[in-house]
Amino acid sequence: MTLLSYPKALNRALADALADDPAVCVLGEDVGAGLAGLTLGLQQRFGADRVVDTPLSEQAFTSAAIGAALVGMRPVIELQIPSLLYLVLEQLANQAHKFSLMTGGQARVPLTVVVPGSGSRSGWAGQHSDHPYSLFAHIGMKTLVPATPGDAYGLLASAIRDDDPVVLFAPAGALAVREDVTAPLVPVPIGRARVHRPGTDVTLVAVGHLVHDALAVAEELAPEISVEVLDPRTLYPLDRAALTASLARTGRLVVADDSNRTSGLAAELLATAAESGRLSAPPLRVTRPDGTVLPFAPALDRALQPSRDALREAVLTAVK
Amino acid sequence: MTLPHLADPAGRYRTMRLIRGFEELALEWVRAGHVVGGTHPYIGQEAVAVGVCAALDPADRITSTHRGHGHVLAKGADPGRLLAELAGRTNGLNRGRGGSMHAADLALGILGANGMVGAGAPIAVGAAWASVRLGEPRVAVSFFGDGALNQGVLLESLNLASIWRAPAVFVCENNGYATTLPASAGVGGSAVGRAAAFGIPAVTVDGMDVEAVRRAAEEAVERARTGGGPSFLECLTYRYEAHHTMERRFKLAYRSAEEVAAWRARDPLTAAAAALPDAAALDAEAARLLEEAAEFALAGPHPDPAGAADHLYATALEGTAG
Repeated sequence: MTLLSYPKALNRALADALADDPAVCVLGEDVGAGLAGLTLGLQQRFGADRVVDTPLSEQAFTSAAIGAALVGMRPVIELQIPSLLYLVLEQLANQAHKFSLMTGGQARVPLTVVVPGSGSRSGWAGQHSDHPYSLFAHIGMKTLVPATPGDAYGLLASAIRDDDPVVLFAPAGALAVREDVTAPLVPVPIGRARVHRPGTDVTLVAVGHLVHDALAVAEELAPEISVEVLDPRTLYPLDRAALTASLARTGRLVVADDSNRTSGLAAELLATAAESGRLSAPPLRVTRPDGTVLPFAPALDRALQPSRDALREAVLTAVK
Repeated sequence: MTLPHLADPAGRYRTMRLIRGFEELALEWVRAGHVVGGTHPYIGQEAVAVGVCAALDPADRITSTHRGHGHVLAKGADPGRLLAELAGRTNGLNRGRGGSMHAADLALGILGANGMVGAGAPIAVGAAWASVRLGEPRVAVSFFGDGALNQGVLLESLNLASIWRAPAVFVCENNGYATTLPASAGVGGSAVGRAAAFGIPAVTVDGMDVEAVRRAAEEAVERARTGGGPSFLECLTYRYEAHHTMERRFKLAYRSAEEVAAWRARDPLTAAAAALPDAAALDAEAARLLEEAAEFALAGPHPDPAGAADHLYATALEGTAG
């Protein structure tokens, strides 16, 4: 059995992409040293002109990557802290995402943004613990949140090959996950959900690291309740068909979404479920509260995030 | 190979005349309702676009601004297709999806006018850097106004270009006003001083003199092409018209009539024409091109609303996002 860690999976996806295609390059802060673990060894292997250490100028290097993408490269940029996405919202939302349409299809922006360690790492406090994937799904950018090392490899591989800008969130809570990868690592298509565990009583949709909590809860409740665990993997485009199919089997829905409640991804999933007409009970969501800013002290940080207890409680309520 | 239409003084004058005529026609078309949303007139600044582009090869690239028609035409875009774009027609440069502020022709190296002030500079730096990486050194020029000097991303871009020795040329069109804010009230220090602080050679030139702009641009482009890194040109110029065609609704008075008249007296076209034996023939040629452009643009069909979401993604969405 070969165990692959989540960061190593991302590292391998980058290495394979760099080896396969000379147009691929990586830009970011401290990527040469590999501070976030993603790019360890890549600069030594591929050179400092392909794995490029940038100054602390997120807006400029994000847009420079857009310029490079417009003229034939396939840049990957690493933003080590999720809140940096707010700094480069102009570049991503206003430039990269809009170029293809605004030019009437002349332009392609094959840019990949990777955020290793999105969400809470406990103790990183207010400006380092957001999990802003719902915002990017709302904008309509291709938005990926892999839960497992295999999916991390496969979705990053697909993101780099995609001709559109893609944002990939690697949840901090999933970075410690290891997976047996005796099977070959392969690209995972963007826009396809994954049923991690089939079930018949309730569909538990979980995003990112919460997939592992969902699986633990499902296992725990297995003697009495058959929980289907569904991982969208891609938040935009969302695999609505997979959700509807799952609800056809279960008729009940709980969503676990580690982002803020109002206008968050969970709300979209609940709306989709309601529109599908498959629900036999009110749907429930387990999220961060409205307008959450994570406080510093660990007990406070944890208190605002979806917990295993809250998930269990929601599943029990849903099947009542 | 230099852009053929800008290879000699006659070609440069003809192109300035084409831009002037295009902008005058666009103003008419705004009034007539053919152009929706209005435009940001470039009239008065023609020598900058033409002078800079005269130093470029067809393969070189530019990024432009919300006041971008002059740059786009100087780089060689078809005036008919640009006019059709302003009119929102399917035969426009961007199939009617971009309009005045986003006009682009990627095949000609025009990476787009841009509605966000300063946003084109880092894109040009990235394109310049990538061209070196891809082994096809092409120079990338970023046009921007004095207002963009206060966007942080522009200053970040100067630094990035400097440390990467990117084959980029930053062209600041200092027309004296960031919309209505005088440069004297908006720019601390000097434009060239800012670039120089990042280790970038920077000069100020008379932006009403097409040949002076061309000479400075040639030096900058040569430096970029030979591995000497980025340069910065500040071109002192003036826009005769309003910031935007909507402005007249409010009868804004932030510039004196004397000031406008003084700049008009230094008109770049008048000066260039004086040095040519047959400017009148070139005027007629530009007028003919514009007649054809107008005919082409008005003949273009309006887009089918059923295609309103077309071109949003380069690759199809595999999921079922609605």
